[in-house]
Amino acid sequence: MTISPATVPLPATINPWVAAAMIAAIVLASTTGEVLTAAAMKSIGDLDVIRAHSGLKGAIRAVLTCPLFFAGVFFLALAFFSLLFALNHLNLSLVGPASASLTLVTNAVAGKIFLKENVDRRRWAAAVLVCVGVYLLAH
Amino acid sequence: MPNHSLSPRQYLILGLVAVSAPLGDSCLSRGMAAMPAITLAHPGSLIAAVFTPWVALGIALLIGFFASYLTALSWADLTFVLPATAFGYVIIALLARFWLNESISLERWAGIVLITLGVEFVAQGPSLTQHPAPDAEGSVVPEPAGPEVETR
Repeated sequence: MTISPATVPLPATINPWVAAAMIAAIVLASTTGEVLTAAAMKSIGDLDVIRAHSGLKGAIRAVLTCPLFFAGVFFLALAFFSLLFALNHLNLSLVGPASASLTLVTNAVAGKIFLKENVDRRRWAAAVLVCVGVYLLAH
Repeated sequence: MPNHSLSPRQYLILGLVAVSAPLGDSCLSRGMAAMPAITLAHPGSLIAAVFTPWVALGIALLIGFFASYLTALSWADLTFVLPATAFGYVIIALLARFWLNESISLERWAGIVLITLGVEFVAQGPSLTQHPAPDAEGSVVPEPAGPEVETR
């Protein structure tokens, strides 16, 4: 009566558009989460300075009283569960590298648009190099 | 070297970010692979898994990762921190090669070279974008946050 998920074979053919949509969901959720978290930490200020002023408790309080931080964590959690969902249908060797590497590029775009980060040629090049590198290394 | 003002302590935190995530993942993977298959009929065994040594170590490392990642984001750009994070993959691959004697395919060596190049690129630039004025609401620190914290 108990069927282990591991014994259920993966579907032989899954529509590539469905696979792409699953990966896109992970990339979208994790990019949103990273950007919101980064915005939250920027609005809080240098944690090392806060800790020097008001101790570790003060630093933790500063983070936990920031609503943006929880918005970020919500989307990071959403990304995690979409990853689990995708892993249920697709192979780790596809989903892992694809989502990790694409996220680097989408974050560079989102960092420039939403965080107004100075994404110069150096950072574009880095995002693309690391993106391809992570794909090759993790594949 | 040139125009970014990271203190040794901040380099240490970036190093922690890079290393703790892949090490934590490896511990989780090692711990979970050693467990008998967990089914939805017995979700309690998932809770029990948390207290096995490798999984617990993995969770501790990932908590450490998140704390250092948040700290890094508080003084550096997201587009600076993320490529640095990816360097962890390289460290782990090299550890696996020289410590565990695993073989690395040509494809993976190419990946290692590309990531290293990319990290080298960002590391040459500034770590934080300077904005004219800090955001109004929600600021805890009295002075505007900036990279001018060289005092440690």
